[in-house]
Amino acid sequence: MMDCALKTEKLNLFYGTFHGLKNVDFCVYRNAITSLIGPSGCGKSTLLRCFNRMNDIIDDVSVNGSVLVNNRPLEEIDIIELRKKVGMVFQRPNPFPFSVRENLVYGLKVHGYKRSDYDDIMERCLRAVGLWDDIKDKMNTPALSLSEEMKQRLCVARVLTVEPEIILLDEPCSALDPIATMKIEELMIELKRFYTILIVTHNMQQAARVSDYTGFMLLGDLIEFGETPKIFTAPQDERTDGYITGRFG
Amino acid sequence: MRVNPRFTDALVRHFLNLQAYFTVGLLVVIVFIIFIKGISNCSLSFMLTYPEDMGRHGGIFPAIMGTVFLAALSIVFATPLGLGTAIYLTEYTRESRLTTIIRFGVESLAGIPSIIYGLFGFIFFVIKLGMGWSLLSGALTMTIMILPTIIRTSEEAIKAVPRNLRIVSHSLGATKWETTVKVVLPSAAPGILTGIMLSIGRAVGETAAVIFTMGSSLRLPASLMDSGRTMAVHFYILAREGISMEKAYATALVLVVSILAINILAYYTMNRVIAKYS
Ligand SMILES: Nc1ncnc2c1ncn2[C@@H]1O[C@H](COP(=O)(O)OP(=O)(O)OP(=O)(O)O)[C@@H](O)[C@H]1O
Ligand SMILES: [Mg+2]
Repeated sequence: MMDCALKTEKLNLFYGTFHGLKNVDFCVYRNAITSLIGPSGCGKSTLLRCFNRMNDIIDDVSVNGSVLVNNRPLEEIDIIELRKKVGMVFQRPNPFPFSVRENLVYGLKVHGYKRSDYDDIMERCLRAVGLWDDIKDKMNTPALSLSEEMKQRLCVARVLTVEPEIILLDEPCSALDPIATMKIEELMIELKRFYTILIVTHNMQQAARVSDYTGFMLLGDLIEFGETPKIFTAPQDERTDGYITGRFG
Repeated sequence: MRVNPRFTDALVRHFLNLQAYFTVGLLVVIVFIIFIKGISNCSLSFMLTYPEDMGRHGGIFPAIMGTVFLAALSIVFATPLGLGTAIYLTEYTRESRLTTIIRFGVESLAGIPSIIYGLFGFIFFVIKLGMGWSLLSGALTMTIMILPTIIRTSEEAIKAVPRNLRIVSHSLGATKWETTVKVVLPSAAPGILTGIMLSIGRAVGETAAVIFTMGSSLRLPASLMDSGRTMAVHFYILAREGISMEKAYATALVLVVSILAINILAYYTMNRVIAKYS
């Protein structure tokens, strides 16, 4: 049996009285890419945020059921450690309005890395996202002056600096053009050798291209979950079928 | 009859231009008049020597230093207090009855005429706490007076920092305090600096509240407990008591030029900070 890096059991989440996640049983396999698809507002981002407790900073959220990270219950893990282990990349590229370098050392400062290691870590992470050659002479330029694609790559590099095991990506390509999207997809496939990846996407071709496993969500329910080819060629549930063939969504 | 919209548009544009020129023109005229009247008595030695005979002769060195001390001290007191309040209001609490009351207090404080601050400072710092007419009494009074400006400008600047920067900082494992210090404050720095510069301007230009609390001694204040006078107070006394109009205008010239210099400096540093961060 394959090992779940992230797992939920009977997970329920409420925004006030609104039932956002309904009895979700979900597993993200290690060193694979798992994608979450589903129509807008079905709870994909909400589920993603459960894994690094980003729902905590939203008012009036209550959760029950269990979330396991590396088979340990979420509550047992110190929140700072958790967020180091489970990194997150957002929909809009959101570098800090500081220099490239300051963006990259931010997490290192927060987690108390040795100053003498900064340069090596930055180089390793920039190489990992394919930015090193373009950016090594521009470490002091403002990060906001980069192109959208480079910004998003920088955001991925920023997450990598603190050595996460798992990376959550919430529609990481929706602000990018098709060529940049393709490059980010290639990057994800590169990264899966070393990391476990969970990606939310609106783009079904993208899910089909990059992911090994796919989950389909609808109105807070995880309707179906399985190997990507199966979900796209022989879905078990007719609602999944309806969504991937474009009959609704 | 319908007025041609293109005509209205052009009219409004010219009118608004005119207003802008008028404002700048006013500034130029004021500076020009003071320059003409003050320049003949203004020299380096005027700035570096002590006054004689109530200021009828000699220079304004103690008044320049008094101005610098007063402004610097009140900024040193008011910035941590004001910034702290702004951080509390924006980052560390939700909108509640308490924040409404605090905001109302700040607004009200901002609307009080300076002479009232002077009176309060006189009764409280000078008399009640026994500080006498002193640099310290003056600085504490000015602190209260500029606090609303610092709180309000800092609060606006902090609020303008996009929420997603805080979110991404948290997602990298930073605590609230780290996020505030390392992300929010640097991003809000230009706005916070503006507030500080405005406040310096206010402290430098104030007379009423300063006379009541810092007094008007012509000596150079050698300690926090010494009285002293600022350039604005010196100007006021020279002109009001008819001691010397020439010296008054020369003092005004130094005052106006230093305020302009502070503003230019502020503008310059602000652009530097903005360029660095965007
Ligand atoms: N902070 C919040 N407070 C209240 N309700 C929320 C909040 N965030 C999300 N919701 C609701 O929870 C549901 C799921 O939202 P979520 O953002 O997880 O959807 P999503 O699948 O990511 O959608 P999209 O594809 O548009 O990003 C939506 O109906 C949304 O209105
Ligand atoms: Mg979403």
